[in-house]
Amino acid sequence: MVGVMLLLSLLLFVWLRSLPGGPASAICGDRCNPAKLAQIKKTLGLDDPVIVQYLNFLKRAVTGDFGVSTGVQPGRSSMEIFVERLPATIELGVLAMIIAVAAGIPLGYLAARRRGGILDGLTLTSSLLGVAIPVFFTAFVLKYFFAVDWHLFPISGRQGDIEATRVTNFFVLDGLLTREWDAAWDALRHLILPAVTLATIPFSFVFRITRAAVLDVLDEDYVRTAEAKGLSSKVITRRHVLRNAMLPVVTIIGLQMGALLGGAILTETVFGFPGLGDALARAFTGRDYSMLQLLILMAAATYVVVNLLVDITYAYIDPRVRTR
Amino acid sequence: MTATTTRTSRDARTSREPLLQVRDLSVTFRRSGEEPFHAVSGVSFDVQPGQTVGLVGESGCGKSVTSLAIMGLLPKRGNTVTGEAVFEGTDLLKLSPKQMRDRRGRDVAMIFQDPLSSLNPVVPIGRQVTEVMERHQGLSRKEAEPKARELLDKVGIPDPSRRLKEYPHQLSGGMRQRALIAMALACAPRLLIADEPTTALDVTIQAQILTLLKDLVQDSDTALIMITHDLGVVAGLCDEVNVLYGGRIVERADRHDLFARPRHPYTHGLLASIPRLDSARGERLNPVPGSVADNLPWDHACAFAPRCSNAVEACRTTQPELERIEGGVETPRLLRCHNPISEEA
Repeated sequence: MVGVMLLLSLLLFVWLRSLPGGPASAICGDRCNPAKLAQIKKTLGLDDPVIVQYLNFLKRAVTGDFGVSTGVQPGRSSMEIFVERLPATIELGVLAMIIAVAAGIPLGYLAARRRGGILDGLTLTSSLLGVAIPVFFTAFVLKYFFAVDWHLFPISGRQGDIEATRVTNFFVLDGLLTREWDAAWDALRHLILPAVTLATIPFSFVFRITRAAVLDVLDEDYVRTAEAKGLSSKVITRRHVLRNAMLPVVTIIGLQMGALLGGAILTETVFGFPGLGDALARAFTGRDYSMLQLLILMAAATYVVVNLLVDITYAYIDPRVRTR
Repeated sequence: MTATTTRTSRDARTSREPLLQVRDLSVTFRRSGEEPFHAVSGVSFDVQPGQTVGLVGESGCGKSVTSLAIMGLLPKRGNTVTGEAVFEGTDLLKLSPKQMRDRRGRDVAMIFQDPLSSLNPVVPIGRQVTEVMERHQGLSRKEAEPKARELLDKVGIPDPSRRLKEYPHQLSGGMRQRALIAMALACAPRLLIADEPTTALDVTIQAQILTLLKDLVQDSDTALIMITHDLGVVAGLCDEVNVLYGGRIVERADRHDLFARPRHPYTHGLLASIPRLDSARGERLNPVPGSVADNLPWDHACAFAPRCSNAVEACRTTQPELERIEGGVETPRLLRCHNPISEEA
C-alpha cells in the first residue's frame, strides 16, 4: 500500500513537471518577462533539478506539508484548503452513493424478477442514459429546471444566507449536532441536485450489476432448495437471493466510490459547490503543482482504502473468502 | 415428529387411501419460436403411506419434471401442467402459490441431486435447517436450534453442535447430502421426493446415504418417491418401480418382478446394460443403442421403437397403451409395449 503510493507520487511528480507551462508562468501572467519568471521560479524552488525537488517534496509530504497553493487560493497551505473542502465532497459523494445504492439495488432486483417486463425495459434504458449522458449535461438540465425555472432547489453553493454554527464542516451534520434544523435542511437542499447528478453514473453500474447478479442467483440450485422448503418469499429474497447477489455489487460500489471524484469535478464546477472536485478543476487551470499533487495522491489513497474496505466486506458476506 | 402427523399417516394407512394420487399428469414446455415439447404426458401413479416408489429412466425421460410439477417448482412462465396430484384429498396442482408454499417443506419435502450447489454457500448449515422449522412450526430461532442439532445427529453428522455453525464448503459431499436430508425431514413430512440424491457422490458414500434414507423413511413412516437412473438404487430401496421413457410410463412392477422378469425391451435394456462382475473379461458391455434424440412422437408410434431390438411394424404406426398384464404379487404389473419380451426369456 505504501509502495503503491510512493510509486504513484514519483510518477505524478515527473508527469506534472513534463507538462508545458507551470505555476511560475501562471503566476507571472500575461505581461511577464524572463527576469521576473526566473525570480518566481527561484522562490518556488522550481529551478532545482527535478530529483532534488522530488526529495524535498517527499520530505515535507511525510509531515503533511504539501506546500503552498499557487492557483486555487494563492498563499494558503494546500493541506489547509484540502482539509477545509474535504467535508463538502464527502457529504456530496456519500449522499450520491446512498442515492445510487438505494435506487440501484431494489430496481435491479425488481427488474431481474420481472425480466422482459415494462419496469425492466424502462430501468435498463434509464441506466443506459445514465452512463451515456455526460455528467455536466445532466447537471445543467437539472439545474435549469429544478433550480432556475421551478425554484425548487438553490442554484449553487453549500449553504444559503443563514445563521449556522460550524463544528465539523460537514454542514448537514453540523446543523443536526447544533440542533439548527433550518441550517441542516438548507445544507441538504443545496446537496440534492449535485448529489442526484453525481449519482447517475454509480446508479447505472449498481443497477446493472444487481440485475445481472440476481438473474444468475435465481437460477441457482440453492434458491430452488429454498423454494422447496416453502420459505416465505421475503426470506428467500433476503437470505438466499440478495445475500449471494451482493458479492459483485459490493465490488462495483467500491470501484464507483473511487471514481466519484471524477464526476465531482464536473458536478461541483456546474453547481459552484466548493469541494475538492472544484479545487481540482481550479488547480488544473491554475497549474497549481502543490494542490494537484495533494489532490491526486489523496484520490489514489481513497482508492486503496476503499479496495481494502471492499475486501473486508467481502469476507463478511462470503464465508468462503474468510476461511481461505 | 409431532404427535398429530404420526396419527394422520397411520389413519391414512389403515384406510388404505393412497397418500398421493398422480393422475394423468402432463407437462408441456412452450418456448417462443419452438414446437411445444411434451416433457411428461399422462403419467399416473399412487404412493401409499410409507411406501417407496421409484421413477426410473435415463436423462430427459421426464422423471425430474414429474417431481418438480408435483412440488409446484416448475417456473410458471412457458410451462403448462395439467392433470391431478391429489395429496391427502387436496389437489396440489390446484393450490395457489401461497397455499403450496405452506405445504412445501411441511407435508412434502424434496432433496436434490448436487448437495453443494443445493446449499446456500453464505448461510451456516444450522440456519438452513432452522429456517424450515421457523417457517412451518412457528418456532423461534432459539427453539429450533436444539432440534436442528438433534436432526443433524439423526442423519449421522458427527459433532452436530460445531457443524451447525459451519458453512457448506466446510463439509464433505456426504455430509452436505446428510444436511440436506436433515432439512427435508425437519418438519416430518409425509412424503419425501428424492431426485437422484446419490448421483453426485462417491460410490462408498452413495451406499451410506441410501441406507440412511431407507432407515429414516422406515422409522418415520414417510413415503418416498425415489427418482433415479440407477437400477442399483431401485433394487435396494423401492417397493414399486415405474420405468419412464419419453415422458410416459412404459412399465410398472414390483421391484422383484421387474428385476426377475423385465417385460419392456427398454427395462430389459437398462438391466442388461449394468456391467456384471461375473461376466468374462473382455466381454462387451450391452448399452441400450441410440439416444433419447432418436425418439419418435408418441401420438402414432412407440417413442422407443427406433432403439428397440424387438420392434415390429405396429411399433412405428400405432401408439401402445399402458395395459395391465399377468403377474405381479402386490403391485399390479403395467406395460406399454406391442411386442414385449416373453416371460421365459
